Amino acid sequence: MATVTMAKALNNGLRAAMDRDPKVLVMGEDVGKLGGVFRITDGLQKDFGEQRVLDTPLAESGIIGTAVGLAIRGFRPVCEIQFDGFVFPGYDQIVSQLAKLRYRSQGRVPMPVVVRIPFGGGIGAVEHHSESPEALFAHIAGLKVVACGNPVDAYWMIQQAIESDDPVIFFEPKRRYWEKAEIDYDVAPAPLFSSRVLRTGSAVTLATYGPMVRTCLDAAEAARADGRELEVIDLRTLSPLDLAPVYESVRRTGRLVVVAEAASEVSVAAEVAAKVQQDCFYSLEAPVLRVTGFDTPYPPSKCEDDFLPDLDRVLDTVDRSLAW
Amino acid sequence: MPSWPGFVEPEPTPQQVIAGLHATVEGGVDLVQVLTPEGVRVPEPRFDHYLDDIGVDQLQALYRDMVLVRRVDREANALQRQGQLGIWVPLLGQEAAQIGSGRALTDRDMAFPSYREHGVAWCRGIDPTELLGIFRGTDHGSWDPAEVGFHLYTIVIGNQCLNATGYAMGQRFEGKVGDATGEATICYFGDGATSQGDVHEGFVWSAVYDAPVVFFCQNNQWAISEPLERQTRVPLYRRAQGYGFPGIRVDGNDVLATLAVTRWALDECRTGNGPVLIEAFTYRMDAHTTSDDPSRYRLADELELWKLKDPIERLRVNLVREHEVGQDFFDEIAAESDALAARLRQHCIDMPEPGPGRIFSEVYAESSPVWDQQRDDFLAYHSSFEEPLAGSSISTEGA
Repeated sequence: MATVTMAKALNNGLRAAMDRDPKVLVMGEDVGKLGGVFRITDGLQKDFGEQRVLDTPLAESGIIGTAVGLAIRGFRPVCEIQFDGFVFPGYDQIVSQLAKLRYRSQGRVPMPVVVRIPFGGGIGAVEHHSESPEALFAHIAGLKVVACGNPVDAYWMIQQAIESDDPVIFFEPKRRYWEKAEIDYDVAPAPLFSSRVLRTGSAVTLATYGPMVRTCLDAAEAARADGRELEVIDLRTLSPLDLAPVYESVRRTGRLVVVAEAASEVSVAAEVAAKVQQDCFYSLEAPVLRVTGFDTPYPPSKCEDDFLPDLDRVLDTVDRSLAW
Repeated sequence: MPSWPGFVEPEPTPQQVIAGLHATVEGGVDLVQVLTPEGVRVPEPRFDHYLDDIGVDQLQALYRDMVLVRRVDREANALQRQGQLGIWVPLLGQEAAQIGSGRALTDRDMAFPSYREHGVAWCRGIDPTELLGIFRGTDHGSWDPAEVGFHLYTIVIGNQCLNATGYAMGQRFEGKVGDATGEATICYFGDGATSQGDVHEGFVWSAVYDAPVVFFCQNNQWAISEPLERQTRVPLYRRAQGYGFPGIRVDGNDVLATLAVTRWALDECRTGNGPVLIEAFTYRMDAHTTSDDPSRYRLADELELWKLKDPIERLRVNLVREHEVGQDFFDEIAAESDALAARLRQHCIDMPEPGPGRIFSEVYAESSPVWDQQRDDFLAYHSSFEEPLAGSSISTEGA
């Protein structure tokens, strides 16, 4: 057992994966000597050398495109994109090559590449540092997309993602990097592409992921004080979705609120809502409601407390669901 | 070690540089310099005539520019440390590169900055208080780019090189290029940006369309933690040759050389001989941003070497020794910079909060009822709270 931050948990997970498999590489901007701007790769270059932890030139298309080439050669690259808003120069390589090479080669060219992206807001940053672009990747066939919500998941999920022979876009909730939890290294982790019930309840189901997991757990705690038990499900995997636990939950509660920072239109939350109304239609006591960021660019940071879903908005929407 | 006629072993050695402990300190034999680090004005036959109008008054004005923007920079850095700004991007050490190039521009020119060009903004007449909103989180840029000839800061590395190229193509398409009265565009970016595809594509497009754009690369030796050798094998100015336009390396800590070379490059563009690449050889004396800690990746002795090349000090020495400028002038500038810093600080503290309506404003030229509904629902929800929400941006007071 050890108590670590999410940042340290990711660092430990990367280290474990690199120890196990000499083909695992870490590559990105400032990931070497600096240890990444969030220190997720701290100390890895010192211990594994410059050929396994690459301070790359400043070009995201280059990072992804060369990772694709390294994967063709048999390596398992773990790419770091410094901030969510900087991934787009690499989006072409992700969509055109990374996502499709297995399919195009009829399975002859697997793409065991992980693209780590710190995502979401809440850190008072300037433009392009607070975005939630997960739907842009979940929409692309050939990619798998996951988001960790706590240090324990971070530790296991990064290793599972690296072991996956499919490309995994790995979203890390940057504002939760410094939250701590105890990791029991002897407990086997849940499968990577599975969602998990974090808290059981009978009134309303909350389905969420990434930075909103903590927000929803806090909301459930506050609701308990009002005599309402909320069930909280961490989706963890956004593509493929694992909605069986959500269906099971909604069949008991009859109500679902999906919570995410990303804009609502054509979003992961929209996909969850569509699938739940299809599979749980006769169990629903109220329409599936969503609490999300707005369909606007990420605003100046002085507005982000209003932009980001918070405990009040979650509970307000829970009230609307219950009052339906 | 390579060897060919005339090869001089660089100092520091490539091995030291590759070890990541040293950035390059010397600009090499191709460096254009007219004011030595010791403050001596030296002849530069190729570019001296671009400085014919620079007398002591103009030198004093350049000195004033640099002192004031450095003071703005230091004050903003302090405001970040005191929690008044979310982040600050220091320009310390790059004053000459920015003032020299910024003062070469005319009103009819257009500049595309990255996010560190506070000195160029100053030259375009943008009050330093206008820069604060980006870093305090109240706006994404408060000035009107067309009005001041200075585009908004671009944070995604290298994006603006294509935007600047397109703007310059437009200048040409509209017939604004051809003689000394023509227009030109200048595009600012750093050494790290030169690795981005957008910069490469900007070079290609500007060459193919003869775009009147000066690519002004401030090589400050570091892209956050990565020294220049993580981006290139050759000096950056030499890359231009491969794209078919001239590249030149200027001492970016020499405000006069930078002014002269940028005037030349802009003239080339105005008259139809663009594009041009300028590599301003300088040094990032402070962190990448206030979130960065350079002590993790570079040695202090490098900083000491660059302190000897300080852009402001060399002009001060020149003014005293070669132009007999007295202490009164320097005292006057010091007092002016104190007043400017105080005004900046007060403005920062008094800045109004944007309020929740800003989230939804100006997303589209023509909105839709769907989005308007979302806005109206949220604003109604927001105003349903009698008291400001804890941590809400709604506040009746300044911060």
